[in-house]
Amino acid sequence: MDIKRKQQADAQGAASVSDQAQPSLPEGEERDTLLNYYYQMVLIRSFEEKAQEMYNKAKIGGYCHLNLGEEATVVGFCNGLEPGDYVYTNYREHGYAICRGISPNAVMAELFGKETGCSHGRGGSMHLFDLERHFMGGYAIVGGQIPLATGASFAIAYRGSSEVVACQMGDGTTNTGAFHESLNLAKIYQLPIIYFVVNNQYGMGLRVDQGSAVGELYRKACAYDMQSWRVDGTDVLAVRDAMSNAVKIAREKHEPSLIEAVSFRFRGHSVVDPDRYRDREEVQKERSEHDPITAFAERLKAAGYLDEQGLLAIEERAQQDVDASVKFADESPFPSVEKFMHGLQEYVYAPDDAAVKGK
Amino acid sequence: MAEITYRQALHDCLREELLRDESVFLLGEEIGVFEGSYKITAGLLKEFGPKRVVDTPIVENGFVGMATGAAMLGLRPIVEIMTINFIVLAMDQIVNHAAKIYAMFGGQCPIPLVIRTPGGGGQQLAATHSQNLEVWFAHVPGLKVVAPSTPADAKGLLRTSVLDNNPVLFLENLALYNVKGVEPSSDYMVPIGQAKVIKEGTDLTVISYSRMAAVALDVARRMEQENNLSVEVVDLRSLRPLDHETVINSVKKTNRAIVFEEDWRSFGVGAEIAAFVQEEAFDDLDAPIKRVASLEVPLPYSKPLELATLTGAKQLIESINELAPRRRRR
Repeated sequence: MDIKRKQQADAQGAASVSDQAQPSLPEGEERDTLLNYYYQMVLIRSFEEKAQEMYNKAKIGGYCHLNLGEEATVVGFCNGLEPGDYVYTNYREHGYAICRGISPNAVMAELFGKETGCSHGRGGSMHLFDLERHFMGGYAIVGGQIPLATGASFAIAYRGSSEVVACQMGDGTTNTGAFHESLNLAKIYQLPIIYFVVNNQYGMGLRVDQGSAVGELYRKACAYDMQSWRVDGTDVLAVRDAMSNAVKIAREKHEPSLIEAVSFRFRGHSVVDPDRYRDREEVQKERSEHDPITAFAERLKAAGYLDEQGLLAIEERAQQDVDASVKFADESPFPSVEKFMHGLQEYVYAPDDAAVKGK
Repeated sequence: MAEITYRQALHDCLREELLRDESVFLLGEEIGVFEGSYKITAGLLKEFGPKRVVDTPIVENGFVGMATGAAMLGLRPIVEIMTINFIVLAMDQIVNHAAKIYAMFGGQCPIPLVIRTPGGGGQQLAATHSQNLEVWFAHVPGLKVVAPSTPADAKGLLRTSVLDNNPVLFLENLALYNVKGVEPSSDYMVPIGQAKVIKEGTDLTVISYSRMAAVALDVARRMEQENNLSVEVVDLRSLRPLDHETVINSVKKTNRAIVFEEDWRSFGVGAEIAAFVQEEAFDDLDAPIKRVASLEVPLPYSKPLELATLTGAKQLIESINELAPRRRRR
């Protein structure tokens, strides 16, 4: 970036991951909880690397967007929620789906287009869904999930139940009309929702400061008199704590809020993006200095929760789970073409039967 | 027999559905305090309160998406879009989301959503307030589109639309709101996807929907008396799913057909019907199917130009006279 643009970006509050070392682990955290976060982060890393490999082998088609580098953001987001809460995401959602309890098998099978996939092979990488786990979908139209998530929180408020909705999106999404319309609606109806912006600093190839008049994306919420915070997206505990706080506000006060997690995309926008618009050195530097998994491992070791051996054991477990998901996906059947061809109306339209009503 | 306006029929059905099912609620611009731009929702805010009758800001994409999201959790929203022209702002949520969610996620999540909206021109509202965009939606698998022409069908179809577990675009028409017709019984239901022969005839068939079906019925009655022509009129009532059987049966009987629509001609309902009739009943046709539609221009404001642009009874009569069997022509 030339100096003038860099100055401009800084003046606009452009995000970069903090150069400060992550703090030592706070008191009062359960060891098992922390190790589980580590396992989830490593599982996502392994899953995504395997997804890239399977894409290269043409086992996976279409578009495929990975959470590599965003593991702390994903795990922090998911662990700030209760199991009954609802999650809407964009199309970069493999990690969120897994972390919200959809088995890696069902996610990998979906990427393979198999009947056993969590959307029965109808959606693919960008459209993971599991009603039972309240994982209400990955959405591939930028901003499309935001009015829907807002509506889900409207339904919760309408019924007077106690869940909240968490709506994940990318940085570029904060420029869409759907974003602004939805924040306004959530505030005027006092809805229990958390808008969660993953600022990985690029919308495809466009830097945040090139696409947004306001570089500090969390500040956009102030237009709707909504509380908002920016958090280091490479620090799993910081993200989780920000989420827990916002969830509490949503649940108890029915106040919507917004979190911006500053994160970094290790690779291109999708698996087929050669990433030519970013400076190689910048990417390498970020990857080596701000790997959220390495940073968390260091903290775990420093606190004496785990030695190198223990870390390796967790990594092996994650790798085994990912390998098993590939085996499961490989061995699963494709959806039946015959059944599909003989039931097109049933495929497209829900039956008129009260039993199929959504939850 | 008791008579009721189209407006009253819609209002009564909304009220009955609000009473019947707690999960039904209304939302849209100016439907509460203002009682609706066309007063369909008059009195409902007072009776049911702001929880069930929700005034929204001017954010079509936002509130249609919000309704879709609420439907994902099992509520049954009925959205009012002030006129169909404004629905363009909500296309993403309707076409990319409401229409896709059930199939795309493997049948896990139905979308029981109704979007009511009036279309139509003729009120000197000019180019952006007079359109008939229903074919855009009829094109999309995952949506259902209904377009009743009488108060009874308005009530009967609105009820089935609310009970349906899929997104339904419910097309109204500004010029129909004050039209009177027979009041149906309170449990009257019209199945989605079922056309109706609203007048029997033997010389030719006019196929239409929404306000143009009412115009066609008038014309057919007049021509029967004045010209001794026997015109059958099929009111489609639903555009998706489209009832092929009723149309084909009628064409097999009369061997001649006109599709009469207020919309632009190209890529329209007439094109679709002409295509499937020749596919399914080519040998029964004695003449090419005619399409009577409006001129393909953005509708002008000035009254003489507006009149010249919109199709109507005059154009239909001309077309009937051209198409009628020679023995019948005067």
